[in-house]
Amino acid sequence: MTDASAPPLALRLRNLSKTFSGVHALEHVDFEVRAGEVHCLAGENGCGKSTLIKVVTGVHAPDPGAEIEIFGARQSAITPTHARAMGIAVIWQDLALFPHMSVAENIAFDTMVGARPRLVRRRRDRKAAAAVLDRLGERLDLDAPLNTLPIAQRQIVAIARALMGEARLVFMDEPTASLTQSETDGLLAVVRTLSEQGVAVVFVSHRLAEVLDIAERVTVLRDGKLVGVFPTEGMTQARLGELMTGSLLSHEVMAHDRSGEPAVLEVEGLSLAGKVEDVSLTVRRGEVVGLTGLIGAGRTELAHAIIGMMRPDRGTVRLDGKAIAPKNIREAIHAGIAYVSEDRLSLGLIQPQSIEDNTVIAVLDKILDAVGLISPTRKRAMVSEWISELAVKIGHPSDPVSSLSGGNQQRVVLAKWLATEPRLLILDSPTVGVDVGARAGIFRTVRRLAEAGLAILMISDEVTEVVMNADRVLHMAGGRIVGEYDPRTTDVATMEERVYA
Amino acid sequence: MRRLVAGYPVEVRLLAVLVALCIGLSLTTDTFLTLGNITSLLNNNAVNLIWAVGLLVVLIAGGIDISFAVAASVVQYLSAQVFMVVEGNWIFGILVASAFGLCLGLINAALIHGFRVVSIVITIATFNAYFGLLMFFTKGRNIYDLPDWWTDRIYIFEHQAADGTWSELNLSVGIMLVCVVLTALLIRATTIGRQLYAMGDNPDGARRAGVNIWLMHCVAYGWLGVMAGIAGLCQVNIAQEVVPNALYGRELEVLAAVVLGGARLGGGRGTVLGCILGVLFIAITQNGLNLLGISPFAFQMIIGTAILIAISSSNLSFNFRPRRRAAEGRLP
Ligand SMILES: Nc1ncnc2c1ncn2[C@@H]1O[C@H](COP(=O)(O)OP(=O)(O)OP(=O)(O)O)[C@@H](O)[C@H]1O
Ligand SMILES: [Mg+2]
Repeated sequence: MTDASAPPLALRLRNLSKTFSGVHALEHVDFEVRAGEVHCLAGENGCGKSTLIKVVTGVHAPDPGAEIEIFGARQSAITPTHARAMGIAVIWQDLALFPHMSVAENIAFDTMVGARPRLVRRRRDRKAAAAVLDRLGERLDLDAPLNTLPIAQRQIVAIARALMGEARLVFMDEPTASLTQSETDGLLAVVRTLSEQGVAVVFVSHRLAEVLDIAERVTVLRDGKLVGVFPTEGMTQARLGELMTGSLLSHEVMAHDRSGEPAVLEVEGLSLAGKVEDVSLTVRRGEVVGLTGLIGAGRTELAHAIIGMMRPDRGTVRLDGKAIAPKNIREAIHAGIAYVSEDRLSLGLIQPQSIEDNTVIAVLDKILDAVGLISPTRKRAMVSEWISELAVKIGHPSDPVSSLSGGNQQRVVLAKWLATEPRLLILDSPTVGVDVGARAGIFRTVRRLAEAGLAILMISDEVTEVVMNADRVLHMAGGRIVGEYDPRTTDVATMEERVYA
Repeated sequence: MRRLVAGYPVEVRLLAVLVALCIGLSLTTDTFLTLGNITSLLNNNAVNLIWAVGLLVVLIAGGIDISFAVAASVVQYLSAQVFMVVEGNWIFGILVASAFGLCLGLINAALIHGFRVVSIVITIATFNAYFGLLMFFTKGRNIYDLPDWWTDRIYIFEHQAADGTWSELNLSVGIMLVCVVLTALLIRATTIGRQLYAMGDNPDGARRAGVNIWLMHCVAYGWLGVMAGIAGLCQVNIAQEVVPNALYGRELEVLAAVVLGGARLGGGRGTVLGCILGVLFIAITQNGLNLLGISPFAFQMIIGTAILIAISSSNLSFNFRPRRRAAEGRLP
């Protein structure tokens, strides 16, 4: 019996383990969430966060020996329907939405499952869907098929879907990874309201600032094992990162002066109707140029104009002094540009194929043997080089990409593009959904590639990140470059003020 | 209106082609646009359309079934055995045929779900097994000894033209209309229908939402089984005999019609309207070529080409959608 003064528990897990064909995703984990609490689940990519959610919601059965208590009731076997009936809702990391259904149908879908078959109440469902979106302060076309929506709006749909029922315990698996700042603020406000209404929220995010801001307590997992439960009061990002990775991460400005080097990318007077206005910039050999700015500033559009995904109206792009005008990504790759897009989860990977095949797919010509066939040895060598360089947590290179955790899938995309060994690398938000340890790994790689002579243009939302890792930072707003900063002489706080103003 | 065109690109395009085809045939032949020709078109295609809406349900749920036409033959044979001993009528007949069809459909569902093998492999296996058993038990012989109620013509519409020729619609057309309406209700208006679409659209997502995958398999393959049985019953009324291999091979024609009508192989998309248009397109093309006196082999080629165009153009239009993603960007 729990003593009467303690707050009631929404969820209590004891000795939870989960093994996937020999791989321990979770080992003897204890986890508790109080009613009405915002509780963060933190850990590196592949540490088992999503797996824990799937076990609690009945998607995976736990290994024998686990004790699961939901709202004080001991559970023997959970099914997804049963979990929802108990008031559990989930925003899945991969959204788990239905691409050919409309927005309203997606939001209302869960009301149709598990109950007795009946007629669809279209009007009522639409109204209810509109009401949830209202609560979130979002306006979406309720009848648009989901697959016509950009990823950020799909995320909103997934959030709305989770809030549709009368949930008492909501799991949010990286709900903010593809959201804008204002959308994120909107969601965090909703989380606070839920918590005031007594709803428990388990929040997963790799944005540590967000975690410390919203959660009361944080449970840290590492390699499927429990590290501990900590109050967020008095916790710093650095300390939390340390707990997650088990090692100290350096926080030094890395900038070098590369002004003496020859220019690799020269952009002059580039304009794209309404999106990019008269942008000129240079990226030199061995230089990492950070590009930051608010949403709609035109950073992604600028990148698209450079690589030919959008046709610029005016301006020239020169690579190593030669004017280029690629008409599509293939031509851009050929010219020596690699572009890692921000929408990696849906774009770059062939899910059922193996990790190794996905890694080498863009560089098949580099791993041929004398006869022109793919050399297994070279393939393996290249794959293991990138897997260890980016510290991808995998079982075996021949496993399908779909068996990887979300963050590890993103690292495979990165590996795929880095393997093309380009002259110019454009990284669009390379750390979205990637944990602190891997971020450090990605930046180490970026630095090493720059040392080797690559020119790198790195787009990022997080001012801290660009200041720490770039040689030069450009600030973009309203389609123009409005400022240039030298990280060695710029204070992060003043710069943040200017960018986020 | 624009939404309709954008939401159902295949159906709208097919409708346009069909209208053009009808206008063309009305102008080039004087027999196409006659009541007699139109009613016989409907009579001859009732069976195909009943199968088509059944198959649609399976396709929407992300499966495929090759065995339904042969299953219909099996139902004909089994029903004929029953009707030899029990006095019957149409209502009883439909019940018996539906029951046999349902059982055959559930066998497919159980095998697919139980062995977790893709539906095409299982239904090719059952297709062969059913056909082999059928030929074994019938020794390939036709059954003519059928009860009168089954073979007697029943007309739900009759009209005599000024020149004395009759045009009439068979009972099969009426049964077909009922099947079409019921299927439309199932997939559009019930929560079961939504779950079928969901399962075809994102199987893992559906599973996580708690959709009962086993139940959905039973509904989809069971429904097709029932439709197959009823269609088999109607086909006997048209052909006046039970021929064990009469329906062998019809499954591909029906599959072609359903895919032409915009059902997505792999699941999640497809409408009853599309099915109707697909079946009509194939029927009218064949009918038109007949009336124009063109070789029947041209027909096969035209259907093949039409499927290629229908499938590839609907995929192309997805790829060419402007990439709005770029304009959204994440917010700093
Ligand atoms: N269906 C599966 N089959 C095999 N292995 C799996 C499966 N699902 C997860 N795993 C493995 O279990 C481990 C934990 O994965 P999980 O998705 O829970 O990580 P995560 O903490 O959510 O990471 P991320 O932050 O990257 O999303 C990983 O090593 C992953 O490869
Ligand atoms: Mg995860």
